[in-house]
Amino acid sequence: MVISCVLMLNACSPDRAKDADTTAWPSHFGFGRAASDEEIAAWDIDVRPDGLGLPAGSGTVLRGRALYQVRCARCHGASGWGGPYMALVEHTEPGVGKGERADKTIGSYWPYATTLYDYIHRAMPYDSAGILSPDEVYSVTAWLLHANGIIDSTTVLTAETLPRVAMPAQPLFIPDDRRGGAEVR
Amino acid sequence: MKSTPSTDNTPGSNKIKRRTLLGGAATAAVVLVQTAFGKMVQRAVPEAALKSLIDPTHTPGTPPGKVGTRSPFEKPVKKASDISSRTPLQDLYGMLTPSDLHFERNHAGVPEIDPSQHKLVLHGMVNKPMVFTLADLKRFPSVSRICFIECSGNYRGGREDLSPQEIAGLTSQSEWTGVMLATLFREVGVKSGATWFLAEGSDAAVMTRSVPVAKGWEDAMVVYAQNGEAIRPEQGYPFRLLLPGWEGNTSVKWLRRIELSDQPFMTREETSKYTEPVAGGKIRQFSFVMDARSIITFPAYPVHVERGWIEIRGLAWSGRGKIVTVEVSTDGGKHWQAAKLQEPVLDKAHTYFRYLWQWNGEETVIMSRAVDETGYTQPFLRQLKEVRGTAGGYHFNPVTGWHIRRDGDVVLQPDSGT
Repeated sequence: MVISCVLMLNACSPDRAKDADTTAWPSHFGFGRAASDEEIAAWDIDVRPDGLGLPAGSGTVLRGRALYQVRCARCHGASGWGGPYMALVEHTEPGVGKGERADKTIGSYWPYATTLYDYIHRAMPYDSAGILSPDEVYSVTAWLLHANGIIDSTTVLTAETLPRVAMPAQPLFIPDDRRGGAEVR
Repeated sequence: MKSTPSTDNTPGSNKIKRRTLLGGAATAAVVLVQTAFGKMVQRAVPEAALKSLIDPTHTPGTPPGKVGTRSPFEKPVKKASDISSRTPLQDLYGMLTPSDLHFERNHAGVPEIDPSQHKLVLHGMVNKPMVFTLADLKRFPSVSRICFIECSGNYRGGREDLSPQEIAGLTSQSEWTGVMLATLFREVGVKSGATWFLAEGSDAAVMTRSVPVAKGWEDAMVVYAQNGEAIRPEQGYPFRLLLPGWEGNTSVKWLRRIELSDQPFMTREETSKYTEPVAGGKIRQFSFVMDARSIITFPAYPVHVERGWIEIRGLAWSGRGKIVTVEVSTDGGKHWQAAKLQEPVLDKAHTYFRYLWQWNGEETVIMSRAVDETGYTQPFLRQLKEVRGTAGGYHFNPVTGWHIRRDGDVVLQPDSGT
């Protein structure tokens, strides 16, 4: 009961956290140390939809097609579907792609093109994540977007062009509308 | 693990004097005994010693040890797949999950992390970007709370031969201890325009989720302990984010970085994965809170019951606050009665419920439904299908019914409440 009372006091306000204890909190404890610019830069790999975080470099569909065959096809299929893991490309054969509904592909379900760069760079290929260079990530992204019919074969992806790629699924996304209470949503 | 098991520490050698074994007495039986290190070995037991081995009141048992063990007669285990392993809800009692039976869901395996090499970086829209080690985090005021963590993809159905573990085993509950994220926010000075933060893990998925800053001020924690000891590797050692009541994926394990921002990052998990189709062809995003749910864990498949008194038992929980009522039906949903809620009933926590029932041997369906303090009542499968247009997916929390057959067999009723 003590635990829940403390947490209720904490709720919603940074200043109330300290009220729950027996003595006043200092404005700062002074634990930890300042982060250096270098150590932040080493880990700050995220890419936002507005393009913030995208590195210099560029990629083409042509190069991406070759890279995909070497790095990705074993799991995701030669054409982006039909492999042992998730289907990435729109296709017409239902039920193909283990563990993934045929309709949840990049073309039909991914709302932001920048997410492809962020994710491929951070977590792919599965057995050796993070090894692709910026040019290689841009290129694989380009091929995947082209294979899904989103960009043409001549589009060159860069930090400027990738955030401008409009994804077909983006208008489908709505924020959470559940609020508790009697209604089932 | 470096020491060699000593035969003198084995239960067998404590119970049976070495002289007795070597003294030429005829072997009466060969039995399996468990050593102090958990290894099962065969022992030849003379007739005279057999009685004392079976009757524990005649000879001293195993001396005190460094680490406790489960009885060799109890074997609760998680049910593992390539990507997750599920808590055996039907084998557990009360509201807490033993730490080694807490469900797992990871996206690229469990990393091995040396805490002396690990750090948490807070940066982005803050006044002073900072680095905290595990030792630093432990110096801050240390808060404990009991709450559940549930994966939002925690539903299976459609077949009779599914146990509670298989249906809803991706929820577990622990007492978590750590530092309030609000405390760290104060330390770095979060800028007023910051509305979201990115939480990033140190696994091979480099897991990332965007979280509203308001949750950080409200009740988010960075936890380094679980049920009184250091958090387990499978749960994020040396520390994880804990967002009480929210889908488990947001409680990022092996936490290494928090970046404050004025917009969400739209990571892969929060766009293409942890989102769900809803009516009108739309896809619901940032559906963080786990809605109220309950499940009867006894009697449930695969147990067999006898007619007479049966205490129906189960778990209920809500990510929106406390459970206020659990209703139980023993006639397929025609009538509902309030179950006894076992204290303590905590905020955003598994609540154990009990309902005493006399089974007359007739075929029936038993089910439970939870009501939380917002007035939300756990829906039937039919209601979820109507509003989602799907028969499964994330945030699927339907009433679970158990069909009790005339012979006492209990199986899942796949279409409860339709």
